[in-house]
Amino acid sequence: MPVAQARASVPDLIVADADPACDLAGLRRLGEWMLRRYSPIVALDPPDGLRLDATGCAHFFPSEARMLADMVRRLAAAGIAARAAMAGTYGAAHALARHASSPRSVIATGTEPAALASLPIAALRLDPGIVDGLRRLGFERIGHMLNVPRGPFARRFGPDLYRRLDQALGLAAEPIEPIVPAGMPMVRRSFIEPIWTPEPLARAIGHLAEALCRQLSGEGLGARRLDLALHRIDARIEAIRVGMAAPVRDPVRLGQLLCDRLDRFDPGPGVELMVLTSPLVEPLDARQVESDLAGHEVSPDLSGLVDTLSNRLGPRRLFRLAPIESEVPERGGRRLAPLAPPMGLTWSADWPRPTRLLVPPEPIATFALLPDHPPVQFTWRGIRHHVLAADGPERIFGEWWRRDAELVAVRDYFQVEDEQGARFWVYRAGDGVDPATGSHRWFLHGLFA
Amino acid sequence: MSSGRSTVIEELRTRLDCLEAERVGLRTTLPFGVAEIDDRLPGGGLLLGALHEVSGGEGDMAYGAAAALFVAGVLARLSGPVLWCLMRPDLFAPALASVGLHPDRVIYVEAGDGRTVLLVMEEGLRIRGLAGVVGETDRLDLTASRRLQLAAERSGVVAFAVRRWRSRAAADKAGHSAAVTRWRITAAASVPLRTPGIGRARWTLDLLRCRNGIPSTWIVEACDAEGRLAASRVPRPADLVDRPAAAGAGRRLAAG
Repeated sequence: MPVAQARASVPDLIVADADPACDLAGLRRLGEWMLRRYSPIVALDPPDGLRLDATGCAHFFPSEARMLADMVRRLAAAGIAARAAMAGTYGAAHALARHASSPRSVIATGTEPAALASLPIAALRLDPGIVDGLRRLGFERIGHMLNVPRGPFARRFGPDLYRRLDQALGLAAEPIEPIVPAGMPMVRRSFIEPIWTPEPLARAIGHLAEALCRQLSGEGLGARRLDLALHRIDARIEAIRVGMAAPVRDPVRLGQLLCDRLDRFDPGPGVELMVLTSPLVEPLDARQVESDLAGHEVSPDLSGLVDTLSNRLGPRRLFRLAPIESEVPERGGRRLAPLAPPMGLTWSADWPRPTRLLVPPEPIATFALLPDHPPVQFTWRGIRHHVLAADGPERIFGEWWRRDAELVAVRDYFQVEDEQGARFWVYRAGDGVDPATGSHRWFLHGLFA
Repeated sequence: MSSGRSTVIEELRTRLDCLEAERVGLRTTLPFGVAEIDDRLPGGGLLLGALHEVSGGEGDMAYGAAAALFVAGVLARLSGPVLWCLMRPDLFAPALASVGLHPDRVIYVEAGDGRTVLLVMEEGLRIRGLAGVVGETDRLDLTASRRLQLAAERSGVVAFAVRRWRSRAAADKAGHSAAVTRWRITAAASVPLRTPGIGRARWTLDLLRCRNGIPSTWIVEACDAEGRLAASRVPRPADLVDRPAAAGAGRRLAAG
């Protein structure tokens, strides 16, 4: 539509000249943000796309789908309506992001042919002329192209058609050129002969870590995150990303953290180039070492241990717990970062709390008098326990500000001891009088020592 | 003649102790504060810088609830952070706080399975300055326990393996380990109160294995708010005799 016509139909239309250079610069800024947040390998896909190599990065998120959701949500908050897709090849992800019905799609590696079959051929990043020519022959969807002899088509439309198709299906390699933000600490090391065995790789990592730490120390910085890109001779780039709880500038420790992850790395036919960058740095000045001469207790430095474990297991697997004000036992704690400053809070010791909490509580068959007596006997997992002594009830009210259903909900907790001396934490849902407060069924919620 | 032989054995034992102490550096022990227990343990307490194995008794094998609380009580009496490796996320943190282990001191690691727990424990045992490393695991073979024991000796950090078995059969099949001591903590019937209610929990502590010590059994009162055990004051046969009467008291409570 010409501008004049558009202006005629919408009088208040704002018109601006296209500025491709500015768009590209904006895309690049967005890419650098993605690099810090999501993946060590980010490449531009002008005019409007970004490609991320997310291999091994999704473990920072609960799942790959959640990673995409997080990405789209954050972009939306910045005013960018984004579509995202994750697949085993760049070509497939490119096609799905632009042509799939859902704005976010994740497909497993190897299922590309099935996932792409229903998409239009234009999704293959082809010249409009080729797409047009194929349409005239009656080929509209990618699925139509999968089972026809290749020869005649390749002769007629040139090699581009099948190169793009193979790239989307994972049959041909597609090298990308990752962006490197200006000013980011970076060291690289290339090899005359490709290397693939663990020892030379570890040695090279050691050298790179030393070189990077020299660079960081000149600027008074410490690394919070490291990206190691291993360029394989088959034009694939594998990346290892490690994060640190506090800035680190110790080459031995950084090298160790990276080498720890080598077991998940597939060197393929060999590595010809290694690039170590630190996308996240923080000031790290020389610090006075604490001394215990004065008799103070020196608190041990646990950041090394926390870094090692969280890089190996995933950052969510390490935590401390702090109490929160909640009546409901299973909501009584919240997770803190393992190295968060001490909270000084603890749980009230007024009521007994079991060592093991069963989630969800397990229903038990009981024999008990209403309204407020402990069970005389109960059966849990097929074993009958006679209650010889009991304490309670401790009444716990629902938290009405969370859910309407908890407005009148009540649990009556009892600590009971059986004839062997084993202690159990049982509760009755409801107050024993009013059925609105609960089902009056009994549950075992925890085991005492 | 026999006294001469015992002197020789005593001398040899002292020399062995010296050699071992040289190998592992200065070792310290943490007394339980209960004379009956400490007398039976070499060095007068629980050896620090060593691996100890703790399991639950009959009925508590899968959960090891008493075992975990026993370990928390020991760690509460040490100072410094604690690394607690979980196999299943069912440990209830307020219970640890109730025996004096402050939540600020405990770093939890959700390892997911027993093998990863052992790896995490070994990593943790390299750090000097931790009060202790606890791992809840369903597997602890001779090799793994040997590695943990060596790591604990090197750093001087005490390690506890809380054994959690799927079944009775798995517990019977469990082989030997290189742990310095092996404990079994079973709930014991508490002393009945004169009023309705429930008394202080009691445990049967079985020291099944102890290097340089004598396996024994005690009945103790469970950890208090500062993690201390106490010798059970009531003579054992008497409270067993009292049990039926106590049962009657419990039923009266239920009815009235």
